[in-house]
Amino acid sequence: METLANLALGFSVALSPYTLMLAVVGCFIGTIIGALPGLGPSNGVAILIPISFALGLDATAALVLMTAVYYGAMYGGRISSILLNIPGDEPALMTTLDGYPMAKNGEAGNALVLSGVASFVGAFLATVGLILLAPVLARVAFLFGPAEYFALYLLAFCTLGGMASNNQAKSAIAACIGLGIAMIGVDSSSGLPRLTGGNLHLYDGVDFLVAIVGLFAIAELFFFIESHGKGSSIGVVLDKVSIPWKYIRQTFPTMLRSSGVGFVAGVLPGAGASLGSFLAYMTEKSIAGEKGKFGTGVPKGIAAPEAGNNAAAGGALVPMLTLGVPGSGTTAVLLALLMTLNITPGPTLFRDNPDVVWGLIASLLIANVVLLIMNVPMVKIFVKILSVPAWILLPGVTMISTTGIFALTGSYFDLLMLIGFGVLGYFLRKLDVPTVPVILGILLGGNMEDALRRAMTLSDGDPTYLFSSPIAIGLWIAAILGFVAPMFLRGILKKPQAVTD
Amino acid sequence: MASDRIFGLITLITAAAYIAAATQIQTNFFSGEFLPKLFPLMIGGVAAICSLVLIFKPDPDPDWPMARTWGNLLVAVVVLAFYAVLMTPLGFILPTAVAASILSYQISPNAKRAVLAGIGLSLGLFVVFKFVLMLGNVVAYRSPTPAKLWDAISILIPFVGH
Repeated sequence: METLANLALGFSVALSPYTLMLAVVGCFIGTIIGALPGLGPSNGVAILIPISFALGLDATAALVLMTAVYYGAMYGGRISSILLNIPGDEPALMTTLDGYPMAKNGEAGNALVLSGVASFVGAFLATVGLILLAPVLARVAFLFGPAEYFALYLLAFCTLGGMASNNQAKSAIAACIGLGIAMIGVDSSSGLPRLTGGNLHLYDGVDFLVAIVGLFAIAELFFFIESHGKGSSIGVVLDKVSIPWKYIRQTFPTMLRSSGVGFVAGVLPGAGASLGSFLAYMTEKSIAGEKGKFGTGVPKGIAAPEAGNNAAAGGALVPMLTLGVPGSGTTAVLLALLMTLNITPGPTLFRDNPDVVWGLIASLLIANVVLLIMNVPMVKIFVKILSVPAWILLPGVTMISTTGIFALTGSYFDLLMLIGFGVLGYFLRKLDVPTVPVILGILLGGNMEDALRRAMTLSDGDPTYLFSSPIAIGLWIAAILGFVAPMFLRGILKKPQAVTD
Repeated sequence: MASDRIFGLITLITAAAYIAAATQIQTNFFSGEFLPKLFPLMIGGVAAICSLVLIFKPDPDPDWPMARTWGNLLVAVVVLAFYAVLMTPLGFILPTAVAASILSYQISPNAKRAVLAGIGLSLGLFVVFKFVLMLGNVVAYRSPTPAKLWDAISILIPFVGH
């Protein structure tokens, strides 16, 4: 009953005409961003955050707009996966495996609509899961002290490094880069500057938005200059779009199973949507067996990763909202949004700001429905947008993100840092060093250090305090397992390679 | 192999410098002697260990671009740097048109098309920012004095600017 009352509160916040309009606009922009090759949900949300601040939207409105963009981008990512064989971001990689072959078989329209429905089912079930699980976890989170929080942050970095990258050392270095940058600035307890090198511009620390936009958007520009924008023209023709009821009925059990798998993967801190779509695809592939013909363009091969991916996106919101630990790159960006709005995620959020939490959840449900309605008839429009050439798109994105940061801070120094982060992002991605841990490090560094310091102050400097409660020990074990286990599983769980022409 | 070793070496040196800087962090009565240094030291330590792992167990090399492409990338960085400092004295339209044209030309070398794209983007974004997003103060047009221009450009010259 309490849940229903809360939901009613949420809808009363989210259903005003103004926020509804924002949700529709956000879904539209988000789908476009997701569909454009090279621009994923993380980029999209990152570029729009500074602009939404400069607009002076209030907390609820900004949240509604950004979550709509987030869900929209998750939807849109599949369009370029299916039609161009280019995943808009990493979670969409699995959709290319069957989506592109199916489009080449002349069923592009069916593939797009089916993936839209699968996305809807995944995202919807995950939002329901979020409604049920988040308040419970928020209550558990009240038991967390500084030692537990420190272990939890560690767990996020470990699972992220373990699962999402190919080399543990590299992802640990990435996390250290982020954490190291987070330490720069005036120390909260002594009031003295730390690690600024005497540069006055650094006394406030490094704004994480600068880092996010630099690492994602500006680095992308360098990649396009390197490749001269090859591979961004449309490869598959889309003719008639109708609703393939037969496929939807056929794949419905697949969607349900994949949503479950994806949701669980999403809830694990640090694992995120890539793992969700990967596990969902592999589960369905092993259930179907050899006869399933996965990889040749079967409907189930589209429904599984899309439902899994979107369910994981919803699942990733659970640790982000209840514990303040994001489960994926994009939720890290959403966490950045919350922190800039002066909303601290964590158990207190559910107690102190129920209107924000439940408004957010209600706007997720609304965004979902809007997206399904928008995507089936309008898919042709989004496909048209795919043909925007890279030589207009990338300069445009660069200028929008630079101006966004400039509008936010008004300082040339931040713009120069933005370019610096772009260069860093280019080299890191070239060297196969994941950039998401860098973002996560910058975002969480301050909190992680606070937890450690409080633990040390409480225990009078005794390090064993960090392992003093069962929850903390459990988290430490999970963190070590999450970091070490993938080294041994890598041989077994080999990622399937994308089909090439 | 070599790229990872170089990357590992760079991170190792950076980590060492970071640790050295961390030991020099100023403290006072409120923060205690050790706590402000603890976490930075841990970060530096972990980074140092990981860079050693990378030096001894490197991954295969990525495909690095050719010399010409490096030149292009350098040009892009310089263009963006000038864009960053000139936005304050010159306003939005002129720097954006020039920078977007050059970047567009770098992605697809067709001069006429690139200039059109640059001008179009600059005016289009100006309209969007000013009239749709109401950020007129950010994208306002400004006519600079030579002194202000020099002030802005000198930022990019080491030891001359501020």
